[in-house]
Amino acid sequence: MDSIVKKQLKVKACKVRIGIIEAVYSAKSGHPGGSLSIADILTYLYFHQMKIDPQNPKWEDRDRLVLSKGHVAPALYSVLAQKGFIDIEILKTLRKSDSILQGHPSMKLTPGVDMSTGSLGQGLSVAVGMALGAKIGGKGFRTYAILGDGEIQEGQIWEATMFASAKGLDSLTAVVDNNNLQIDGTIVEVNSPYPIPEKFKAFGWNVIEIFAHSFDEIDAAFKAASEFKGKPTAIIAKSIKGKGVSFMENNYKWHGTAPNTEQYEQAIRELNAELAELEA
Amino acid sequence: MAELIKTATRDAYGKALVELGKQNDKIIVLDADLSTATKTGMFKSEFPERFFNTGIAECNMICIAGGLSTLGYTVFASSFAMFTAGRAFEQVRNTLGYPHLNVKIGATHAGISVGEDGASHQCCEDIALMRTIPGMVIINPADDIEARAAVFAAADYDGPVYLRFGRLALPRIFDEDYQFNIGKAVKLCEGKDVTIIATGLMVNEAINAREILLNSGIEAAVLNIHTIKPIDREAVISAAKETGAIVTAEEHSIVGGLGGAVAEVVCENFPVPVLKVGVNDVFGRSGPGDEMLHIFGLDAANIVEKAKLAFRMK
Repeated sequence: MDSIVKKQLKVKACKVRIGIIEAVYSAKSGHPGGSLSIADILTYLYFHQMKIDPQNPKWEDRDRLVLSKGHVAPALYSVLAQKGFIDIEILKTLRKSDSILQGHPSMKLTPGVDMSTGSLGQGLSVAVGMALGAKIGGKGFRTYAILGDGEIQEGQIWEATMFASAKGLDSLTAVVDNNNLQIDGTIVEVNSPYPIPEKFKAFGWNVIEIFAHSFDEIDAAFKAASEFKGKPTAIIAKSIKGKGVSFMENNYKWHGTAPNTEQYEQAIRELNAELAELEA
Repeated sequence: MAELIKTATRDAYGKALVELGKQNDKIIVLDADLSTATKTGMFKSEFPERFFNTGIAECNMICIAGGLSTLGYTVFASSFAMFTAGRAFEQVRNTLGYPHLNVKIGATHAGISVGEDGASHQCCEDIALMRTIPGMVIINPADDIEARAAVFAAADYDGPVYLRFGRLALPRIFDEDYQFNIGKAVKLCEGKDVTIIATGLMVNEAINAREILLNSGIEAAVLNIHTIKPIDREAVISAAKETGAIVTAEEHSIVGGLGGAVAEVVCENFPVPVLKVGVNDVFGRSGPGDEMLHIFGLDAANIVEKAKLAFRMK
């Protein structure tokens, strides 16, 4: 990947992370861990991959993204704010009465949100419907679904996976944010979905494995997914829960907890230092 | 004369989908491997490119329907009532109801008249479940004419609709030129002593009950409520005011269905006795559908008993 573009994406991703922390701290609740683990991929998609228009969020031919792991809404909101769909200041209204930023995404309230999600296991099926509609309507747009690795414990994910390959929906790409942690512990301790790539392969999908925080690998994976014909693609992205904030990294306790003032200040200090380094 | 024509509302549903498909190429039909029984197979034969069998995976089907609808399609998703309102309740609530997507759930084999398949398939809870979802429209047609009209009205309406169809062939009640409006009750018979408010296959039983009641000197009005949500509040309140007693009749549990909906309106506006004919909070069992209706008290005789009781309670 071009080094200038890569640097721009890193800067954007760092700003997205700052937005996530600001939003969750302001709300005093929410899900920072999984928001930070998916931040690079969402930044890449909205700034380098997807055909979208912040001035026309309902553009018929836009690419679609379904945040099936809807609890990481702060990551999506922060990306949408950086992209200009919503005002950055609005991030601080997250989860507050009268805010357009609900605890989980609402397509009716937030410009740029393509589907209301939050109840795990349903978003991939919705994305399958969108990809199916694109196929029968002769539309060229692509559909992305963002899944959690804990989320794929939901049986409906495999109903959707089976149907998508049976119909050859190659405009569909699912990302599994494989940060290895869910609310009660590691996904292995709770109910292991491993080996994840083999499961998707067995369900007839094209599978690509990457490190979720390498823009080179992210770029190569999404380009390959776009070009692959005949099957949907699953990108299994090994990630670090809480990525970018030292004390949140790889700690399941940050799945659904907001930082206190001291922790917030430290997180922002760390991210600002990273940003300064990137922009130097 | 009208008694000569007997059609199941699910058959009318299948035929209406074909008619609709001819007029509108944005109609897509999904089914979860029951297209022969739900009658969406008729649409499949006519428009194979707009029909998808999602396999035995109703939750997936409901959400696929949601995704398709965001692209401007009007999607009918079909299975038995038990597996749409029942199994996929939370998908209907969160993926269709919350964003108010333009999906029509064609739920067939509703109620106890499913018959031989027994309790596992006799869904008497679907109206109650669907009523709890904000913005959901629930239509329970009484014959093939009303079922056809309901399908067209649902397609014209922008939002989620639960269409409830049955397996059993029913006598035709309405004429071909019947005017159907979502949310508008239909007064079928005038009467001053008690109002029988019925829905679905119990409408015909209500008409029969009215004839029997005349022998006892009781003049019952009959009100057909095809749209259980949003319910025609004015018609229900008028019934309470004009006759002072109400009997509801539905092929559904007495918990949370038409009876509950009517009682809620009456209690808050003009309290009068409301007695309910329905499945008495029990599971069904196997046997011919017609027999099940009588065994579980879903017939004119039981409506007559309840109407006499309601009349005495005035």
